[in-house]
Amino acid sequence: MLEIKKLSVSVEKNKILDNLDLTIGSGEVHAIMGPNGSGKSTIAHTLAGNPNYNVDSGQALFNGKDLFELDPSERSLEGLFLAFQYPIELPGVSNASYLKQILNVHRKYEGKDPIDAAEFLKILKEKSNRLNIPMEMHSRFVNTGFSGGEKKKNEVLQMDFLNPSLVIMDETDSGLDVDALRQTSEAVNQLRSSDRSFIIITHYLRLLEYIEPDYVHVFQDGKIVESGDKKLAHKIDKEGYAT
Amino acid sequence: MNKLNKDNFKQDSYKHGFVTDIESEKIPRGLNEEVVKIISKKKNEPQWMLDWRLKAFNRLEVMKKPDWGKVKFDEINFQDIYYYSSPKGFEDKPKSLDEVDPKLLETYEKLGIPLKEQEVLAGVAVDAVFDSVSVATTFKEKLNEMGVIFCPISEAIQKHPELVKKYLGSVIPITDHFYATLNSAVFSDGSFVYVPKGVKCPMELSTYFRINASETGQFERTLIIADEGSYVSYLEGCTAPMRDENQLHAANVELVALDNAEIKYSTVQNWYPGDENGKGGIYNFVTKRGLCKGKNSKISWTQIETGSAITWKYPSCILRGDNSIGEFYSVAITNNYQQADTGTKMIHLGKNTKSKIISKGISAGKSSNTYRGLVKFNRKAENAKNITQCDSLLVGNTCSANTIPLTENNSNSSSIEHEATTSKISDEQLFYCMQRGLDAEQAQSLIVNGFCKEVLQKLPMEFAVEAQKLVSISLEGSVG
Repeated sequence: MLEIKKLSVSVEKNKILDNLDLTIGSGEVHAIMGPNGSGKSTIAHTLAGNPNYNVDSGQALFNGKDLFELDPSERSLEGLFLAFQYPIELPGVSNASYLKQILNVHRKYEGKDPIDAAEFLKILKEKSNRLNIPMEMHSRFVNTGFSGGEKKKNEVLQMDFLNPSLVIMDETDSGLDVDALRQTSEAVNQLRSSDRSFIIITHYLRLLEYIEPDYVHVFQDGKIVESGDKKLAHKIDKEGYAT
Repeated sequence: MNKLNKDNFKQDSYKHGFVTDIESEKIPRGLNEEVVKIISKKKNEPQWMLDWRLKAFNRLEVMKKPDWGKVKFDEINFQDIYYYSSPKGFEDKPKSLDEVDPKLLETYEKLGIPLKEQEVLAGVAVDAVFDSVSVATTFKEKLNEMGVIFCPISEAIQKHPELVKKYLGSVIPITDHFYATLNSAVFSDGSFVYVPKGVKCPMELSTYFRINASETGQFERTLIIADEGSYVSYLEGCTAPMRDENQLHAANVELVALDNAEIKYSTVQNWYPGDENGKGGIYNFVTKRGLCKGKNSKISWTQIETGSAITWKYPSCILRGDNSIGEFYSVAITNNYQQADTGTKMIHLGKNTKSKIISKGISAGKSSNTYRGLVKFNRKAENAKNITQCDSLLVGNTCSANTIPLTENNSNSSSIEHEATTSKISDEQLFYCMQRGLDAEQAQSLIVNGFCKEVLQKLPMEFAVEAQKLVSISLEGSVG
């Protein structure tokens, strides 16, 4: 699914990722933990193609394609989804029309006709329900004036619409209260499948108690310093990152 | 991130740039008394109309051109322009569409404005003005049944002289300013609307202006009168071929709303903007003014300005009637080397008059975009209120945006609220949308349409979708 080889990334000439190797198989859930500034979000944004992150060397193969040859929209169309830590506001753009538009560009890429209005509304209701999102939210502008929890749920909702094969969740748990965390995690769990992989970036064990990872990696100074299964997350929760 | 094919840019970005191959009849170049007389004669005008024109012409000779706009252009040689051009054989106006040259009908069809009544948008009546003449007006009979007069102004001068005499120049006097006075002297065609007392006009009225002939100016004149308790919604659209030369378009539009009447006037201005190096394009120097003459009357201007090399216009409202309302909703988009200096004037004369201004300026490329507005409260305008909101959006680093809001308050009990913002399309917004699969252009267009939403939704529904597309197209090639 995803193969990262010797990846080095810098932001404004500061080296953040240093010779990173990581392989993610189909259907696997990988958690990335680590202290602030260790490069967790950098890996997320680099894979998604944020132009502020410069790939200095290395490679990332996504379903056999060289990811760094694709622009951000092509990566999305190929099935890579990033749930943002800080979702961006789009004033004046209603959430419903936005969801419909992003769904339709994906449908077009797959050679399908645009979705009809009734069908869209039906899916929207169904998917919103699962996340306990009120329909009223969709007539508001994308992320504009949304609470922290609403923004994060809206990210998961978009993920649900776009049917990605690789999901990167960048601190989706931050800003969520217990109920929202549970609802969001349940929605994510329902989306787990043998042909969809997840990279879950988090500081905290609590998210991983809901979404059980197959692997846990600890980032420090732009490198993976330790890998293991979910027990590693428990260990970190107790002992912290200090070694 | 930009995948735009530059070779196709020009063609793609201005879809109305074709020329209709049709023989035209022009009168000799230049501006003089003789030309004014010829135009009047071509239109078979009565003496009073010619006298009116000549009065304007004589006044023009002593007038100075306004030079305060934030626009730069080479001196216009007014003697070099053709002031009248019509498709050949238009001496006798065709009585029905069957007599109209098929090439003309084809032109409008290509522009998306079919003129055959069975094909047109239901609920929209169209007057089609080609260079200096009106070629067809649809749904005239149907409107007539309700007493609504919708016809070319040249016809109104013949058939409804009492209305024209009473109202022409009553809002924009012939002494107003250089370009308005020029129009008064040489105006050729445009639309005339009269909605009688108590009538709610049953359909959208629209005029489609097309400049086709080269080296020719278009000087249309529109007059709309809404009698007591009536309502009318009117829309104008404008396009022109792509040419290296600059062509002048100096229109006058006058609106009069009597007691309890409402006029909603929308413009989708898409004159040729010039090429990506700033060559060619229309100089759009337009005077639009509405008079809320009666009490409780309302005039609302909505404009989507995407075309023209230079746009210089300030659709205004004179709020004379007590409790009258003036509104101005504007989106002005400039790209490449376009220049726009546009805004409004709200002149509060009556008591409890209200005005609202929402202006959205979007600049890209090397363009310059200025909002200029005046809100004036007369001494007698007790309890008058104005709300002004001016937002500018910058695309890239080489464009400029300016906001020049002037206020003059002579009334103690009145209030003005003003808000202005300037923002840039952020890389974060673009990246966010692209991460969801939109390409750079789609992402930009989504963000810009969101920015303009407040104004776009004021357009009649039939045109809102078209306008959204136009907003996107106008900015093509500006993401890099």
